[in-house]
Amino acid sequence: MKSWLGIVAVAALASVPLWLRDPYLLNALITTGIFIICAMSLNLLLGFTGQLSLGHIAFFGIGAYVSALTSLGFDVGLPGGFRIVHEPWPPMTGFALAVLASAFCGYLVGRLSFRVRGAYFVIVTISFAEVVRLVALNWVELTQGPLALTNIPPMEIGWAGLESFVFRTKLQNYYLVLVVAVISYILIARLVGSHFGRAMRGLMENETLAVSVGIDVTRTLTLAAVVSAGIAGAAGSLYAHYMKIIDPEVFAFINTVTMVIMVITGGKGSLAGPIVGGLVFGLMPVFLRPVMAPEAQWIAYGGALIAILFVMPRGIVPSLTARRLRSASTASDTFVERGVKEGA
Amino acid sequence: MTSLNEFLQHLVNTLVLGGTYALLGIGLTLIFGIMNVVNFTHGILYTFGAYIMFVVVQKFGLNFFLALPVAVVVGWLLGAVIELILLRPLRGSDIDTTMLVMIGAWIAMQSATLWIWGGVAKSVPAPFPEEPLVLGAVSVSWLRLFVLVAAALLIVLTYLLINRTKLGCAMRATFQDRDTASLMGVNVDLVYTSTFAIGSSLAAAAGALLGPVYVVYPEMGDLASVKAFAIVILGGLGNITGAVIGGFILALAEELGAGYVSSGYRDAMGFLIIIAVLIFKPTGLFPRAERVG
Repeated sequence: MKSWLGIVAVAALASVPLWLRDPYLLNALITTGIFIICAMSLNLLLGFTGQLSLGHIAFFGIGAYVSALTSLGFDVGLPGGFRIVHEPWPPMTGFALAVLASAFCGYLVGRLSFRVRGAYFVIVTISFAEVVRLVALNWVELTQGPLALTNIPPMEIGWAGLESFVFRTKLQNYYLVLVVAVISYILIARLVGSHFGRAMRGLMENETLAVSVGIDVTRTLTLAAVVSAGIAGAAGSLYAHYMKIIDPEVFAFINTVTMVIMVITGGKGSLAGPIVGGLVFGLMPVFLRPVMAPEAQWIAYGGALIAILFVMPRGIVPSLTARRLRSASTASDTFVERGVKEGA
Repeated sequence: MTSLNEFLQHLVNTLVLGGTYALLGIGLTLIFGIMNVVNFTHGILYTFGAYIMFVVVQKFGLNFFLALPVAVVVGWLLGAVIELILLRPLRGSDIDTTMLVMIGAWIAMQSATLWIWGGVAKSVPAPFPEEPLVLGAVSVSWLRLFVLVAAALLIVLTYLLINRTKLGCAMRATFQDRDTASLMGVNVDLVYTSTFAIGSSLAAAAGALLGPVYVVYPEMGDLASVKAFAIVILGGLGNITGAVIGGFILALAEELGAGYVSSGYRDAMGFLIIIAVLIFKPTGLFPRAERVG
C-alpha cells in the first residue's frame, strides 16, 4: 500500500468515533479490529508462506488467558503437592507475557509441524487448538473452566509511582486497538519487505528452488510462525481486557474460520487484504442483524464465502489491483510465474 | 476382579463406538484419497444422518429400521448435489480453495440445521428392550448391539463395492493415476461424484446409527469431522482397512482415556493421536499409498 494511502486510511479510521456515537456499532468496530489484527497475523503465515493454520485461534486464546490470569492472579496445585500462587500483576505485564507465551507456542507448533505440509499441517493446527481448548475447559482450578474468568481488569498503561492511564470506555479501547493494529501492520510489512519476507515467498512459490539457493526452510517458517503467533497473542490480550470475561469458547473453531474467511476474501498475500476482508465480514453481521434471523446470517456468511471464492478466488484486494496493474507487472511477479511453471 | 470387568466393559464400548468411527473414516478416506478434497462437510452429513433418523422416526412415525436406509439414500443424494454444485466447477483448483468452499458449505448447512430444527438436543426413540444384554461380566444395550451389527454390515458392503464392482475398479484406478485412468476410458467426473456421494452416505449412516445412542443436535458433527480426519491420518490416505483399524484405535483411546484418565479429555485423545502420528509417522500407521482397497 502506498504510504499516503495508509496515512489517509488510518486518519479515516481514527476519525470514526468523532462522528459515530452508537455504542453498539463502536463495540462491533472494536471486536472487528481485534479480529483484523488476528487476520493480519494469520495472513503472514497463509499469504506469505502458504501454510494454512486452522488453529490460529489457539494463539489468540492463549494470549487472552495468559493476560487475564496474569492480571487476576491464581492459586493452582500441581502434582506432588506443589502450589503455584500468583499475585495479580498490572495488565500491561499481562499483555507482554501474552505476546511472549503465544510466540513461544508458535515456535513449538512451527518446529513440530513444518515437518508436515499442506492438508496435514492444517489438521495438526486444528488438533493443537482443540487440545488447548479442552485444557482450558477442564483445568478448572486455573481457568475456572466453563464458568469463565470474570472481572478481568481493563488495560492500563503506566509505570510504578506515576499516574497510570486506564482504558475504561469504548472510545479509549477503540484507539488502543487501532494503535496495536497499526503497529502490527507496520511490523508485518517490514518483515515481509525484508530478506526474510523474500525467503518466505520463495518457499511458497517453489520450495525446491528456494532450498537450492540456500534458504533455511525451518528457520524461515518458524520465524513467521513466531511473529504471527505473537501478534495473535497481543490481540487476545486486548480482547480479554476489553471484554473483561473469557471462557473456553474463545477457542471455538468458528473463530479461526472467521479469520481465514477475512484473509481469503480480502486477499491472502496482500497486506491490505485482511483489513478489507475483516471490515467486510466483521461488520456484515451488524448489517444483516436487522433483516435476518441469526441462523440465516450464518447461511449468508457461508454463502458469501463460497461466492467470493467462485468469483474472486484470489480475494478482493488482489482482484481489484490486478485490474489496474495488469500491464505493469513487476519483476518479482514474472519470477514467481516462471517459478510456478517450472515447479508444475 | 472388578477392574478386569471394567476393562472388558470398555472393550465392548470400544467395539460399538469403533464401528461407527470406521464408517466415518472410510467415507472420508475415500473422498480425501481419491479427490484430494479436505472435506469439512463430512461432519455435517453425519449430523444430517442423525436428524433424518429423528424426522423419519419421530415426525412421520415410520419404522426405526426403515429410517436407516432413508438416511443412507438422503446422504448419498446430498453428497452428489454438493459435488455437482460446488466441487465440479472447481476441478483443478488448489486444495486450499476447495477446502474453504467446503468450510463455507459446512457453515451454511449447519446453520440450516439450527434454523430448521432449533438448538435443543433431540432424542430418537429406538424399538429395543430397556434391559441390556448381559454377557457374563459385561452388559451391552440392544441398541448398541444393533449399531455394531449395522456398521459392520455397511463396512463389508463398502469393501465389496470398492473391490468387486466396476465402479470400485474405476475408483481404484482414479486413485492410482487420474490421468491414465481417464485415458483408459474411465469417466473421472462420474467417479468423483460417486466417491463423494458414497463417502457422504457413509457419514450419514454413522450419524443415523449414533444419533439414537446419544442425542441429536446441530453441532454434533463438528467433532465428528475432526475425528474422521484423525482416523484417516492413522490409517493412511485412501486405505479402507486402515480406516477401519484407525476407527477402532481411536475408539479404544477415547474409551480408555475417558475411563482411566479423565472423562473431560475423552475428545482430546483423537487430537493427541493426530499430533503424535504426524510427528512420528506422517504416512500413517498402515501406509499403502499405491491403492484404494
